Amino acid sequence: MYSDKVMDHFSNPRNVGEVEGANAVGQVGNAKCGDIMKIFMKIEDDIITEIKFKTFGCGAAIATSSMATELVKGKHIDEALDLTNKAVAEALGGLPAVKMHCSVLAEEAIKEAICNYLREKGVDIKTYHKCDNCCRG
Amino acid sequence: MDKFIYLDNAATTNVAPEVLDKMIPWFVTNYGNPSSIYSVGRTAKKAVENSRRQVAEAINAKTNEIYFTGSGSEADNWAIKGCVQANSEKGKHIITSNIEHHAVLDTCKYLEKHGYEVTYVQVEENGIISSEKVLAEVREDTVLVSVMMANNEIGTIQPIKEIAAGLKEKKIIFHTDAVQAIGAIPVDVNDLGVDLLSLTAHKFHGPKGTGVLYIKRGIKIDNLLHGGGQERTRRASTENTAGIVGLGAAIEKAVNEMPVVTKKISNIRDIAVNRILEEIPHTIYNGDIEKRLPGNSNFAFRFIEGEGLLLMLDMFGIMGSSGSACTSGSLDPSHVLLAIGLPHEIAHGSLRLSFGIDSKLEDIDYIVETINKVVTRLREMSPLYEDYLKNNPTEV
Repeated sequence: MYSDKVMDHFSNPRNVGEVEGANAVGQVGNAKCGDIMKIFMKIEDDIITEIKFKTFGCGAAIATSSMATELVKGKHIDEALDLTNKAVAEALGGLPAVKMHCSVLAEEAIKEAICNYLREKGVDIKTYHKCDNCCRG
Repeated sequence: MDKFIYLDNAATTNVAPEVLDKMIPWFVTNYGNPSSIYSVGRTAKKAVENSRRQVAEAINAKTNEIYFTGSGSEADNWAIKGCVQANSEKGKHIITSNIEHHAVLDTCKYLEKHGYEVTYVQVEENGIISSEKVLAEVREDTVLVSVMMANNEIGTIQPIKEIAAGLKEKKIIFHTDAVQAIGAIPVDVNDLGVDLLSLTAHKFHGPKGTGVLYIKRGIKIDNLLHGGGQERTRRASTENTAGIVGLGAAIEKAVNEMPVVTKKISNIRDIAVNRILEEIPHTIYNGDIEKRLPGNSNFAFRFIEGEGLLLMLDMFGIMGSSGSACTSGSLDPSHVLLAIGLPHEIAHGSLRLSFGIDSKLEDIDYIVETINKVVTRLREMSPLYEDYLKNNPTEV
């Protein structure tokens, strides 16, 4: 049911772990539903220089976390905020319909980490040009 | 030399070679319709009747109480729908448990939409249904009680005889889904005192697509399938001769070999279970240890999710199953694990290993070490485990 790319990213996930001295951390999902994604980033001059993740969840949850971190690694945060769940799913060669929510979580986790970074920096998220409704709460 | 360690015998089993050998002529040579009067038809009819005798002997029933179906699910559907419809003048109340197979639960839910009332008796924490609690739910208008003989996920064996004894006085029809029980524990319909019993061949090394509903003589039941006059006009469909022959051969073999085979299987299971519980921390064993099917084991590994566990075990050639939401196709984890009181996040990390006739003592090292390796790897990825370690700094 999973594409070869999903299986590859599940069995050899990229960027697993924690970033020491991370200045952007985002966590989404909840244990009751069976998915939690936590993203750690080091952002320097608005560039994501380091990124790692920890995920509790199914094969697709791990694979989408892995792919999402690959897609935004080294990118400017504005570019990373453009990441969509569809892009994550497409990069993985597609996901089964029942697993699309994993790609949504991956997108949200990336954005959550960046929004926390912006908040920490004192940026008014509501007016941040790239952050149109990207930050929840 | 790729490993192939199949530990999902509760899901299905391979067809025994000698069973398959007996089936083949009924596809190729003696393919006649058992309802036809010429010789290849008559031979097929004889084969079906021989199989009926084998089933009857295996469960201590009479041959005219055995009805072949297309599956265990069909037998459950027929037992419940057919029985409540045929006896609706008595009332519209059904009692079942909250750990039944979906073939029973979803049939009951369907009937609830059609004017029936269903009481779902809550299982105890050890996975055993209390016979007293079942009997306490009986009402004037109770028509049918359906409680499984052994649970498919956690293997717990239910007090069928006690429930049957209590219902007998009240003349309420009692159905049991014995799909997991045949070949694993003794099943004697007279000793148990049940009125209806479902079973299916593929759980005991027979073919898929063949089941049986035992209907005690005198029980009023409507047909589920209407059409031809097969199965003494009770179940229309041209007989699946090869499948029925396979079921007969498989049940005879399973019941004859049960004492020896189950001892071997439970021994392997027990060693594996003890080692897993000793060697892998934060592991919960689900279901009663004693009143349990010989091949069943069910664990919950905290901080991880079951689908990832299954996929990774599969890469190492180990096949099991899980009650996580991701493997059930719904948002909730297994209804059985929730029913015995497991929180959602722990139920997501469940693993059922069901050992069988091909399980080998010498594979235990590999099984335990692989599970340990995979669980450790998934825990290292898990933010829940990270949180746990932060809150419990004394642990490694």
